[in-house]
Amino acid sequence: MAFGAFQSSAPGGSVAAAAPQVQRKSPVALWLLLPGILYLILFFVTPLFSLVLTSFQESVPGGFIGEYQTAFRFENYVEVVSTYFTHIGRSFVYASLATVFALLLGYPLAYVIGVKLRAYPLWQALALVLLIAPFFISFLLRTLAWKQIFSDEGFVVGALKTMQLIPADAYLTGTPFSVVFGLTYMFLPFMALPIYATLEKLDLRYVEAGGDLYANPVTVFRKVTFPLSIPGVISGTLLTFIPATGDYINASRDFLGSTDTAMMGNVIEANFLVLQNFPAAAALSLILMMSILILVSIYVRRSGTDDLL
Amino acid sequence: MNKETSARQFAEAGADLSLVNVTKRFPGFTAIDDLSLDIPAGSFFALLGPSGCGKTTTLRLVAGLEEPTEGRILVGGKDVTDTKAYQRPVNTVFQSYALFPHMSVLDNVMFGLKRRKIADADQLAKDALALVELGHVANRKPAQLSGGQQQRVALARAVVNRPALLLLDEPLGALDLKLRRQMQLELKEIQQEVGLTFLHVTHDQEEAMTMADTVAVMNQGRIEQMGAPEELYESPQTSFVATFLGQSNLFTGEVSGSTNQVITVSVAGQELRVPTDRAVSHRGDVTVGIRPEKVVLHREKPAQSSSVTVLGPGRVTDASFSGVSTQYLVEVPGMGQIIVFAQNTSLGEHASEGDEVFVSWQVDHAFGLADAPAPEGKYVSDTDTVSVAVQEREKLEAEFEEA
Repeated sequence: MAFGAFQSSAPGGSVAAAAPQVQRKSPVALWLLLPGILYLILFFVTPLFSLVLTSFQESVPGGFIGEYQTAFRFENYVEVVSTYFTHIGRSFVYASLATVFALLLGYPLAYVIGVKLRAYPLWQALALVLLIAPFFISFLLRTLAWKQIFSDEGFVVGALKTMQLIPADAYLTGTPFSVVFGLTYMFLPFMALPIYATLEKLDLRYVEAGGDLYANPVTVFRKVTFPLSIPGVISGTLLTFIPATGDYINASRDFLGSTDTAMMGNVIEANFLVLQNFPAAAALSLILMMSILILVSIYVRRSGTDDLL
Repeated sequence: MNKETSARQFAEAGADLSLVNVTKRFPGFTAIDDLSLDIPAGSFFALLGPSGCGKTTTLRLVAGLEEPTEGRILVGGKDVTDTKAYQRPVNTVFQSYALFPHMSVLDNVMFGLKRRKIADADQLAKDALALVELGHVANRKPAQLSGGQQQRVALARAVVNRPALLLLDEPLGALDLKLRRQMQLELKEIQQEVGLTFLHVTHDQEEAMTMADTVAVMNQGRIEQMGAPEELYESPQTSFVATFLGQSNLFTGEVSGSTNQVITVSVAGQELRVPTDRAVSHRGDVTVGIRPEKVVLHREKPAQSSSVTVLGPGRVTDASFSGVSTQYLVEVPGMGQIIVFAQNTSLGEHASEGDEVFVSWQVDHAFGLADAPAPEGKYVSDTDTVSVAVQEREKLEAEFEEA
C-alpha cells in the first residue's frame, strides 16, 4: 500500500527488511491494539462517515441558511468541481511546486548533515537542532513573520525595487510566489528529515566502490547515492505534498495569500464557516482526500519502492 | 570476435606498481612509515601482517581512496598520486564486497564497463560471471546470494574491467575454512588465466604463502621482510617475521666467536652456532632461531659434532598429539621452553610428560635475526582502551581545529 513508503529502511542494509513472519495469534496483541482502534473509530471513522453523509445532503426547501437534510444529492460533487475547478488545480500546482522546491533545498541539506558532517558529530548534532528549531515557534507566528518580511514597506520589496529587479508598483504578499514560498519554507524540515535518516545510514563503502569502478562523483551520486536514498525521498515528498495540498494558512488572505491564490483548504474553510454550505465543503474535503490518495498510490507504485523495501 | 575488438580498451597485461617513500599519517598515528615497494607486472603479491599494521591503508592508497601524506605512487610507470580513484586503472575487491544492493548481480558486474563506455558490456559481464560459475544468478539481487557467491560476484565485478592492477582486501576473510581454500585455488587460477597483477592483503599467513609469488610481511607501517614464501619461512630476518610466519624457538645471547662459516652465540652457557650467511648481524647480541619441525627429540644424549647443536637434558612439560605430528614443549634449564614438532613416522615412539630428553638440530637450519624479540606484548593493540581514548581525544581536537 501507499503508506509502505514510510517504513523507510536503511539504504542498502545488508539484510533486507525483516521477512514477513507468521505471527502466532496472541490475545495480548489485540489488547494492545484496542485503545488505538477505539480512538480511530471514535475520532476518524465516525467523523469520516458523517462527512460522507453530509456531502450528499440537500438544503431544506424554505429552510434557514445552513439547514440541510439527509439525501443522496450527487450533484453536490458536480457543482463543487465545476465551481472550484481552478482552486483544485491551483492546490495541486502549488503543492507540487512546493514539493519540488523543498526537495531541491532539502536534499543537499540532508546530504551535508547526513554524509559530510558524519566525521564531525558535534556539528552534525547542531545542524540537526537548527533544522528542527523552527518547530519550537508556532507556524502561525512564523508565517506572519514572513508576511512582514515580504510586506510592501518591508526591506525585501524595498531592496528589490532599489535594484530595479521588480517594477516600482510590484508587491510580493498575496502573490503565488509568496504562497509557494511559504509552503516550501513550512515543509522543508518534513522533506529534509526523512532524507537525512536514509542518507545518515548510507554505507560509504558503496560510494567508494563506485569510485573504484570508474564512476566520477556525479555518476556515483546518480547511480549509487541517490537510488539508495529513494526511500527517504519518497517519505519526504509524501510528507510535504499531502499536507501542502490541503494547506489553508499560507494561501489565506490573512497570511501570505490573497483571493487569487486561494487553495482548496481556503474554499473548504469558507464553505464550512462563512457560507455554511456544509454539503459543498464536505464534498470538497472528500474530493481532496480521494485525489491525494490516488495520486500518492500512483506515485509510490511508479517509483518502484517495492524493490527497496 | 567482438570480444577482441573491445578488449583493446583494456589493459593488455598487468602493470608494475611502485610505491616510493610513501608515508600516511592519520591524526594521532602513522599508518604507513616511509614505505617503498616494487611489484612487477603479472605477479601475485601478498601484503601480510596483523590488523593495524597498515596493509589495508596501503591498499587504499593504491586504489586512490586515501591520499598519501608523502611519497609517490606509480602504476605502470605512470605517477597516479594526484589522480582520483575513478581515474586509476585499478580495481578493488573489497573486504565487505560492497556490492550495490539496489542493482542485480549482472548490473553490478557491468557497472565498471558501462562507466568506461565499453561496447558489449552485457556479454563481457556474462562471461565474467561464467568465469566465477555464477551465470545462473545474473538477475538476482546481491542480498539473495550466499557469502561465497557474493565474494565471487565482487571478484567478477573487478576482474571484468581487466584492470592493470587488481587489489584484494582480505576478500576471503568472511568465508568459512573450506570455501576459503577453494576460493584461494580459484583466485590463483584466475590470476594465471588473465595475467593481471594482483596485490592481495591478508592477515592469514597460510593464505599468503599458498597464493602469492612474493610475500611482504608488514608490521607497524613498515615492511619487515619481503621475498618468496619459502625464503621468508626458512630464513626470517626479524623476530616478528620468525614468529608471525609459523612458530620459532628464539634464543638471545652474545656472539662469542666467529669463523667464515659460522658464528657462535653463547646463551646461558650453551654454545649455539649459526651459519654466517644465515645471520643478519655478526656481533654483539644476536637472536638465534630454529623452527620447531627442525628440532629432533632424543632419549639419550646424541653424539656431539660440529654440524649439530645439542641442548639438554630437559624435561617434557607438554605433549599434544595432532595426528600427523606431535607437539612437545621441552623445558631446558637456562634456555626456557623449546617447541618441538615431531612427525609421527613410526608407531609407539613417543615421549610423554615428565620424560628427560635431549634436543638437537642441524646447525645449517638455524637462523640469526636482526633484532631480539620484544619481552612481552610485541605491539600495543589499537583497540586497547588507552589507545582508543587517545585517538578519540585527538579526533575531537582535530574537529575543533578544523571548525
